[in-house]
Amino acid sequence: MKVRVKLFAMLRERAGTGDDLQDVPDGTTVKELWDKLRREHAGLSGVELRLLYAVNSEYVGLEHRLADGDEVAFIPPVSGG
Amino acid sequence: MYRLTDKSIDVSELLAFVGDPGAGAVATFIGTTRDNNEGRSIISLDYEAYPGMAEQEMTRLGEEAATTWRITRMAIVHRTGNVPIGEASVAIAVSAPHRDDAFKACRYAIDELKKRVPIWKKEIYEGGEIWIGSQTGERFTEAPAVGSRD
Repeated sequence: MKVRVKLFAMLRERAGTGDDLQDVPDGTTVKELWDKLRREHAGLSGVELRLLYAVNSEYVGLEHRLADGDEVAFIPPVSGG
Repeated sequence: MYRLTDKSIDVSELLAFVGDPGAGAVATFIGTTRDNNEGRSIISLDYEAYPGMAEQEMTRLGEEAATTWRITRMAIVHRTGNVPIGEASVAIAVSAPHRDDAFKACRYAIDELKKRVPIWKKEIYEGGEIWIGSQTGERFTEAPAVGSRD
């Protein structure tokens, strides 16, 4: 299945892209997708930030299982205001 | 009214939106870009947002405020892109029948926005730049609870 990855701020800069289409096995979790991204993007492998995760704009946990067509956002510590 | 803008924030627009004959108070908060942070002299700030989700989370915190305090209307506008020093990066206006509810809901909105609305700020200073919240040296692990970093 295909999922769209959104990366922001420091993660976007480290990966060199804010938007990534990924082909993953059915039932892939957010954590498994993150691990895959870290293997594919050297800049993300050293990231030790505490992230939040959102699927289709809703915050989810790391074990959330993805569905085909999901938009998965990796959200570094927010700092609006 | 909950939105992002890449232009200067027009506070009078927020005031017009929250204005209501039944409101006896309007509380506002304006966050402005400061020229220094932790000893660094800042030239300007860049804001990045997750469009769609950012407005959705701002809308949610307005709805939450409305269940806790008696408010009439709320408006939140957050700027994105490069913001020169001294300009508004965020503006919040809340109208309510009475001032206590307006003040409290306004305070809640800015406090919650800073915790969970997907917006990021990068400080640009002489010789470098820093994503606030992602500073090198801070070591975080995976979030223990969804939607909370505290």
